[in-house]
Amino acid sequence: MDNLELPKETYKSIYKTMLRIRMVEEKIAELYPEQEMRCPVHLCIGQEAVAAGVCANLSRNDYVMSGHRSHGHYLAKGGDLKAMMAELYGKATGCCQGKGGSMHLVDLSAGFLGATPIVASTIPIAVGVAFGSMMRGQQRVTVIFFGDAAVEEGVFHESINFAVLKRLPVIFVCENNLYSVYSPLSVRQPEGREIVELAKGHGVESYQGDGNDVTQVYKMAEKAIRRARQGGGPTFLEFKTYRWREHCGPYYDNDLGYRTESEFQEWKQRCPIENLKKNLLRDDILCNQDIEDMASELEAEIEDAIIFAKESPFPEEQHLLEHIYAP
Amino acid sequence: MLRKPQEESQIMSRELKYFQAINEAIDLCMTKDATVYIMGLGVPDPKGIFGSTLGLQQKYGSARVMDMPASENAMTGVAIGSALAGMRPIITHQRVDFALLAVEQIVNQAANWHYMFGGQMRIPLVLRMIIGRGWGQGPQHSQNLQAWFAHVPGLKVVMPTTPYDAKGLLVSSIEDNNPVIFIEHRWLYNTIGHVPEEVYRVPLGKARVTRDGNDVTIAATSYMVLEALRAAEMLATDGISAEVIDIRTLRPLDESLILESVGKTGRLIVADTGWKTGGFSAEIVTLVAEEAFSDLKNCPMRVTLPDCPTPTTPALANHYYPRAVHIVATARKMMGLSVDKIVSDMATSVPLDVPDLSFTGPF
Ligand SMILES: Cc1ncc(C[n+]2csc(CCOP(=O)(O)OP(=O)(O)O)c2C)c(N)n1
Ligand SMILES: [Mg+2]
Repeated sequence: MDNLELPKETYKSIYKTMLRIRMVEEKIAELYPEQEMRCPVHLCIGQEAVAAGVCANLSRNDYVMSGHRSHGHYLAKGGDLKAMMAELYGKATGCCQGKGGSMHLVDLSAGFLGATPIVASTIPIAVGVAFGSMMRGQQRVTVIFFGDAAVEEGVFHESINFAVLKRLPVIFVCENNLYSVYSPLSVRQPEGREIVELAKGHGVESYQGDGNDVTQVYKMAEKAIRRARQGGGPTFLEFKTYRWREHCGPYYDNDLGYRTESEFQEWKQRCPIENLKKNLLRDDILCNQDIEDMASELEAEIEDAIIFAKESPFPEEQHLLEHIYAP
Repeated sequence: MLRKPQEESQIMSRELKYFQAINEAIDLCMTKDATVYIMGLGVPDPKGIFGSTLGLQQKYGSARVMDMPASENAMTGVAIGSALAGMRPIITHQRVDFALLAVEQIVNQAANWHYMFGGQMRIPLVLRMIIGRGWGQGPQHSQNLQAWFAHVPGLKVVMPTTPYDAKGLLVSSIEDNNPVIFIEHRWLYNTIGHVPEEVYRVPLGKARVTRDGNDVTIAATSYMVLEALRAAEMLATDGISAEVIDIRTLRPLDESLILESVGKTGRLIVADTGWKTGGFSAEIVTLVAEEAFSDLKNCPMRVTLPDCPTPTTPALANHYYPRAVHIVATARKMMGLSVDKIVSDMATSVPLDVPDLSFTGPF
């Protein structure tokens, strides 16, 4: 979609969110080989529009949960960057005090209730959060992000069934990047069947969109979130997108041969950030100088966060046996 | 009588890594028996489960070597059903933690099936699961849950340590007519050892003495066998002679070998990769307490993970995973020797979350 239909300020902030996610993850990729971040990282470079477009519609009180590839969701929901970087560095100042690492982000003050890396495992938990919010009479909406493999787990179907049954204020956001690790959809799901059709079968409002077009993502999420807030129940959104880097780690892995270079290049042409930038410049919403300023502001913020993470202390031995049971 | 296993006296002609030994066992069984097939997330992908399934799809085709949907529970049921129909399935899970989704099928169905239908049907099913240690895998990617499976009658539980055993035990597991939980340790994947080319079997239910000794028995599982061997070396310098037993099969457990060894040494340390409370180490200690109490000169001790979830940060991982020094300290305490020096060795600022510097992943 080339038409910029949303308010200018919305675009500015969405653009910044996407750029921030991209720059943070590129920084992680750059520093990762130092082996100081001693945990697996799943980068979402190339997929930023889904996180940014959906979360731009949420307030701080709303909830977001995610899985193994959660940096973008955490940041888009307003998760603290310093605490995230410190977590990747295994530090006591990290968002889980080092106990979690990249695959276990959390920021309660931002409404990011947690991400864990067992495929589909946080889907029922997010449904339960929506259930609990509803029982408590809150107007909060819960968004759960997951990948295309998650819909193969039974728990996805069981959860969506319950959400429909109880008309829960939960939005299922499936980031369909065509692969689960190195396994294409073709070895996991029947050819020609769209994921969105699976959801429809459960009787949930379901839509499919271009996950690299942030305007589309924003508008679809806006409608779904409004509906949920008004008691209209859950919505399932499938966004097609593409992971640029390797499944896990900082590098590229097209050389492995599980996907073609041309497919990768095609998707790179559809970079959600570059494309939005072009249109923002075209419509004079931002000028080159604005974008440069934004980038250098972000760079400084990220540099700060890295310094904070690197200089923070590690947790001490006595923390090992702390937090096993809640007091 | 404690005998050295035959393989050690053979000429060390051909060496393979642990993951290659696993690969070869699957390969040979698939050649031998057309009903053997393997599936799992990523089985035919370019990394081939850390190398252990590489090349198999090219050789046997995508009908017998296949990827699968991320549907662990359903696919375990599918495997059980296919076994009822005459196939011999192998399912591979990259981590034990992912297999937990299938616990319902494994425990309710696979383990009970033969018994609850009066012995009419059999489930020849191998469930490969990989465990690990360190390097940021954290709470949901490296849990050592062998005790759970070993608790269930009807399941067999195997934990090979050496490449030789990995192959021989996997062949036995594939040929066994029961569900077998086959637990591989990621830190053993690159270890090298003698592996004969032909099909051979290491029987399920047989432990192995990997080092002879007289003063203390160290019964260990999986990767902890290597730490136990290191500990035995260190103890030897102080004149303590440790016997190291590789448990190899947790269920059925080789009770007689353990009892025989404790009968000789009078002391028992169990070094397990799992947690302490309710862990498999407790089972071995109980066995000895029940069957050989009068042989004991000291109270048996356990070297295990502390009872807390797996932390991701290397700072806490360093205090989480037991090492040779912990076994040494335990043995010295038992022998009434000082542990002051050992305790200072336990503290470390070097990250201990990788097996050695050559290990840079993938994890
Ligand atoms: C239950 C379970 N099975 C397998 C895995 C291993 N695993 C980690 S990420 C992943 C890929 C999931 O693919 P998808 O849901 O499409 O997300 P993507 O990585 O593409 O973002 C897999 C299979 C896991 N974490 N949990
Ligand atoms: Mg995917």
